Amino acid sequence: MMHLPIMPILVPLIAAIACMAAGSLAMQRRLSFAAALAMFPVAIFLLASAASDNILVYVLGSWPAPFGIILVADRLSALMVTLSTLLAALVLCDAAGGGTDAGGRHFHALFQFQIAGINGAFLTGDLFNLFVFFEILLLASYGLLAHGHGREKARASLAYVVLNLSASVLFLIAVALLYGTLGTLNLADMARAFGRIPAGSEALAGTAVTLLFIVFALKAALLPLCLWLPRVYSAASAPVAALFAIMTKVGIYCILRMSTTLFTEAPAAAGSVSAWLMPLAIGTVVIGAIGVLASGRLAMIIANLVVVSTGVLLVAIATGTVEATAAGLYYLPHTTLATAAFFLLAAWIGRQRGEVGDALVAGPALPEAAATGTLYLILAVTVSGMPPFSGFIGKLMVLQSIRDTAAGPWAWVAILASGLVAMLVLARTASLFFWEPRAEAGTPIVARSAWQGTAILLLVLAGPLLAAAASPLADYALATARQLHAGAAYGAAVFGAEAGSEFRRPQ
Amino acid sequence: MEIVIAIAIGLLVATGLYLILREQTFSVILGLTLLSYAVNLLIFASGRLAVDAPPLALDQSLRQSDPLPQALVLTAIVISFGMTAYLAALALRAMGDVGSDRIDGNEEDRP
Repeated sequence: MMHLPIMPILVPLIAAIACMAAGSLAMQRRLSFAAALAMFPVAIFLLASAASDNILVYVLGSWPAPFGIILVADRLSALMVTLSTLLAALVLCDAAGGGTDAGGRHFHALFQFQIAGINGAFLTGDLFNLFVFFEILLLASYGLLAHGHGREKARASLAYVVLNLSASVLFLIAVALLYGTLGTLNLADMARAFGRIPAGSEALAGTAVTLLFIVFALKAALLPLCLWLPRVYSAASAPVAALFAIMTKVGIYCILRMSTTLFTEAPAAAGSVSAWLMPLAIGTVVIGAIGVLASGRLAMIIANLVVVSTGVLLVAIATGTVEATAAGLYYLPHTTLATAAFFLLAAWIGRQRGEVGDALVAGPALPEAAATGTLYLILAVTVSGMPPFSGFIGKLMVLQSIRDTAAGPWAWVAILASGLVAMLVLARTASLFFWEPRAEAGTPIVARSAWQGTAILLLVLAGPLLAAAASPLADYALATARQLHAGAAYGAAVFGAEAGSEFRRPQ
Repeated sequence: MEIVIAIAIGLLVATGLYLILREQTFSVILGLTLLSYAVNLLIFASGRLAVDAPPLALDQSLRQSDPLPQALVLTAIVISFGMTAYLAALALRAMGDVGSDRIDGNEEDRP
């Protein structure tokens, strides 16, 4: 129990190393599944512990904060780890069932490394450690993206890697500047140090904060830095794209963590960033909606819907009130699971349509059109935010929480219009896929896999289930938002009972 | 001392930026490498520059330099080394798959 906060990193890490040592694919699958299942009790214990407003702090090597590296599991971290656990298990079922993992030798090892990196980023309480976990999840994602062959994949991954390496350079510059001005990289200690930046260093600290924000905005795919996402996500194989659905959420998590925990004692330090966030978020919704209209493939439509969801989430975060953050935290699991499900379903449909794949052209009739169509309908309703599923509740909560703000009307127009666009495009796609098949084309027979079907079914059902459990989830989200905005609890947990450490590095 | 380090970082960043804007994959890899050198120097300098000051508290009377940035630099060097190796391998594979050394993967379209 004492070592609980480090388990979400250790379990996938050990599984990844075991997968590299394991020879056969069957053995790798077994190890990978075992790790995915072992994560469930860990996530549930973390969630249960966090639900009592208990902030678990794991001090690696027993070096007291702020000297050593710490892991912190508060409500937000526990929620994100649970989400990644759930998504990883279902995506793994699809990858193994559909044979994606047979396209290369190290799919499962890379997959588990990616989970370790994602969970680490959610749990760490140290900025440099966050950089390290970013690199772990990115390196694994580079491998997963290039997994299998194809011209489009090679082109997309080269651009993706160069972009992210440039972002890593910016991240390190920000880390160096922050260490130079604040003298610490521990998040809780930085929050305190922001209140007493030495005179003359404010500009440097401000530059560093802006650079950090640019890096997270790139991961989250915020407006000027979102154009890479549709091409990369639509080029990736479906299970990889589904797993990537949570990678943009790592960026969003970091922006949320930065704008709450880091600036609790000195909100002014976030000044330049917070002024920009709202217009950029609204712009992201708009550009995502335009991308949805311009897409020629179902996977491309979904990738652009990921951009739209980033915009909606950042509108909620930019508003900065407890209610808005809570709304965003309800919307976040919904959009992650729904877009992941849609990526898997798009690949499933594409495989059954044979050569035309998921391109938006008339193709052969689908076998089992009724079952596939029902899943598609549920997902389309969930994703575009129509009642009665989780998309509607999430968007309603976000819209309600921003009603009285200055940017409220703009955000309302953008979010409602993007929902309408998504609905129109998805309906048009459905009529192409399900109602206007070219009769003469032969129906390709597709080997069915129970694993794959179950994974897609469960992910699709997440929309209705999240709607059914809306009340407890919204309560948890509200309590999480309160904990984040109160802020003091985080620092108090990190530094223990004693008053804050007053250590400063000799200049 | 400070001015030398500052000029070195500035030169490395300028060269690196120029190179990552080139169209050949090889130049881009070189550019990223130079940028990571610059960043490593910057991290090192963030602990304040001091001559003849070991990062160890052997003798309290001697001056010490901050050991943390040196540890950070070590980690950053290892990571950027691994990333560069991966990028080089990926660029080679993209050459094979796409048949072009251009970073955007398009065919040569220069006049």
